[in-house]
Amino acid sequence: MKKNLGILGILLAVCVVASIFGDNFLTGYNLQNLTQRSALFGILALGASVVIVTGGIDLSIGSVVCLAGISVPWLLVEHEWSPWAVVPAVLAGSALIGLFHGLLITRLRLQPFLVTLCGLLLYRGIARWMTGDQSQGFQGEFDSVRALALARFPVGLEAYSVPATVIPLVLLAAALAVFLRRTVWGRWLLATGRNESAARYSGIPTDRLVTGAYVACSLFAGLGGMLFIFDIGSAQPSDFGNFYELYAIAAAVLGGCSLRGGEASVVGVLLGAATLQVLRTAIILLGLSSQLEFAVIGAVLLVGVSADELVRRLRERRAERAAAP
Amino acid sequence: MSVDRPVLLSARGLGRRYAGVSALRGVDLDIRGGEVLAIVGENGAGKSTLLRLLSGVVAPSEGSLQVADASAGIALVHQELNLAENLDVAGNIFLGREPRTAGFLNLRAMHGDARRWLATVGLYIDPATPCGALPIAHRQLVEIAKALSANARILILDEPTSSLTAPEVERLLAIMADLRARGTAVVFVSHHLDEVLRIADRVVVLRDGAVTGTLARGDFDRSTLERLMVGRDLAPAARRAASASADPARARNSTADAPAADSARHPTIRLRADAVVTRHHRRRAVSLQVRAGEVVGLAGLVGSGRTELLESIAGIVPHGGRVCLDGGAVAAGAVARTRAGIALVPEDRARNGILADEPVSTNVSLAWIDRHSHRGRIDAPGERTLVRSVVDRVLLRPADPARTVRTLSGGNQQKTVLGRWIAVQPAVLLLDEPTRGVDVGARAEIHAEVRRLADAGAAVLFASSELEEVLMLADRVLVMHDGGIAGELALHEATEEAIMHLATGGAA
Repeated sequence: MKKNLGILGILLAVCVVASIFGDNFLTGYNLQNLTQRSALFGILALGASVVIVTGGIDLSIGSVVCLAGISVPWLLVEHEWSPWAVVPAVLAGSALIGLFHGLLITRLRLQPFLVTLCGLLLYRGIARWMTGDQSQGFQGEFDSVRALALARFPVGLEAYSVPATVIPLVLLAAALAVFLRRTVWGRWLLATGRNESAARYSGIPTDRLVTGAYVACSLFAGLGGMLFIFDIGSAQPSDFGNFYELYAIAAAVLGGCSLRGGEASVVGVLLGAATLQVLRTAIILLGLSSQLEFAVIGAVLLVGVSADELVRRLRERRAERAAAP
Repeated sequence: MSVDRPVLLSARGLGRRYAGVSALRGVDLDIRGGEVLAIVGENGAGKSTLLRLLSGVVAPSEGSLQVADASAGIALVHQELNLAENLDVAGNIFLGREPRTAGFLNLRAMHGDARRWLATVGLYIDPATPCGALPIAHRQLVEIAKALSANARILILDEPTSSLTAPEVERLLAIMADLRARGTAVVFVSHHLDEVLRIADRVVVLRDGAVTGTLARGDFDRSTLERLMVGRDLAPAARRAASASADPARARNSTADAPAADSARHPTIRLRADAVVTRHHRRRAVSLQVRAGEVVGLAGLVGSGRTELLESIAGIVPHGGRVCLDGGAVAAGAVARTRAGIALVPEDRARNGILADEPVSTNVSLAWIDRHSHRGRIDAPGERTLVRSVVDRVLLRPADPARTVRTLSGGNQQKTVLGRWIAVQPAVLLLDEPTRGVDVGARAEIHAEVRRLADAGAAVLFASSELEEVLMLADRVLVMHDGGIAGELALHEATEEAIMHLATGGAA
């Protein structure tokens, strides 16, 4: 809970700085845009956090975003599939990718880092080969499907409406929060992340849980990829989704997930995802060179996790002193 | 007599707090060369804290430590051994101090020196052996050799004999005596008072973080030490363990027809292992059966295959043969076995038992939650009630379900793991070294709980390296040797001599 307040503090601080020094931060257009991007990256970050909870990692998120996203216009436009077939097919394909990762990790006992690093290369390569490395787009059609990402819901404000992507984000976040805190499988997933061996000795089906976590992560990435392409309309297979896994992992870590596993906060992850997007916008609005983007994000992440560690130690020491006679 | 020995290290008013809680306070202590000093006390009494302070691993919160001679090294050999398993013996001994020639490792010098230091601890093995391939007893000697090679004048051993077999203990005690004769100060913690009585020149007794007595040789005997450790006569605790198994037929010297009476009293065969073959002993098949309400002890030397057998029955490791519960075969795998009611309290609780960073409540309810959930939803009020009752039943100290398990003493961590299974009332309870590193008081309480589960109908099979524990807890003893069952002893036949005879390969 306190961790969430910390990351909320960082988010508000960046917002305040950006609105004071940047002219267009507090405009409806910008805020609407930020909400959209935070929601999209939030979905990826939620997926990443499920895997991080088990003590694993998924580096293939960006490539899955690309492959799933690119497949949508490719199937709709080039192969003239029905949207009713494309959406389930792409989601099922994404889930299969996760299953593939999960089985390699739990059955062959390969390391998650290795498996998903290979995935990163594999799916990007497939996407580029499949499309002949050509840009894929909707060519002005399929607006009814694209509405899944492009629809806006007025909330009584003149310049600001809520983007449609907020709906899947809220649904997924709520489901994940309930899953982790209230269900047997969620509790077991956390236990597996804390000590996989002890969980196994307690009769917990750890292999199925871990596999399930990778399925969920890739499924979230596939859904995110679809919503991304609906939002932007067209994309290049060579760069679409590049580094998105790092935004997702960074958001999860900023939001309080321990890479050692066993710890996660859904609210924290959402705040982490939002913070990164606000930062990216702020860099542009403040007139900093956009080439600095990665450097700024890296620095903020480093400061964030260092501060968290220092505060934790300080609190421990204070508790020790307070209890002294 | 010890006055003329040089004081190497002296502590005055030494104390340490963790998160505000005092783990140790007001310790005055002199450590002298050429002396074996034993530190005894129940778990949670502050022994480990004292060792960490003496060896400089943690800084004192109060008081002072004076070192007589700055060049006199202090080395701590942990209960969990700290060797790099991928390096060879010589590499471990000289880790960080490798002899070098022009910047490159001088392997010849390293192996030669290593061989010399190994000889001082009576270990004649090839220094090029990888440490991961050594048995625990040898690793421990390697650690001691490493400490000596680093010029340690004070050698601190934390429960050095807890994983050793009887002959290995003998050897270690001889080495300790040898080091003492050469002027080294040897400080050790042990739960085995026999060893303390045999070798210690002085004994420091701790209770609840304070010294309750420092006794020189001649001033201590078993009952004095036990009284100082527990703060009361041990008889009540012992009586409790006995009364928990309040069954007149269990009396030690029952008649020769005891086996017949045994099967009459425990009619149903609950657990049956049919020709179970474990991975480490492929040529040996083990068959055994345990009746409902029966407690069977599995004795044997380290490496005789007890852990592999228990883990096979629990489904943790794959095995050949069949495991049957109440006459029906149970599918393979820990998930199926646990669901069927076969539970294992593992030997290595830190690695395989506890979730150290979770509260007691999560640890205790881990196996219970899915059996009492509503379509996957955790029954939160039910969970609280359950945890409360388990914590009270196993006499957890402190009786706080919100307490992080890492901060509990070894005995209370073990009670937490046992509590996880008490919560689900298993049909078969397997325990591997149920009271390793557990103090006398908690040991009796754990034994009582095991007996209670058996009285409620569970079949209990436990492995223990401590003959005393086997004889105290078991209704019947199976002795393992080299992966197979070397013999079975009824209660009236089971003596330490008979068990050791079978365990060391003697004819049945």
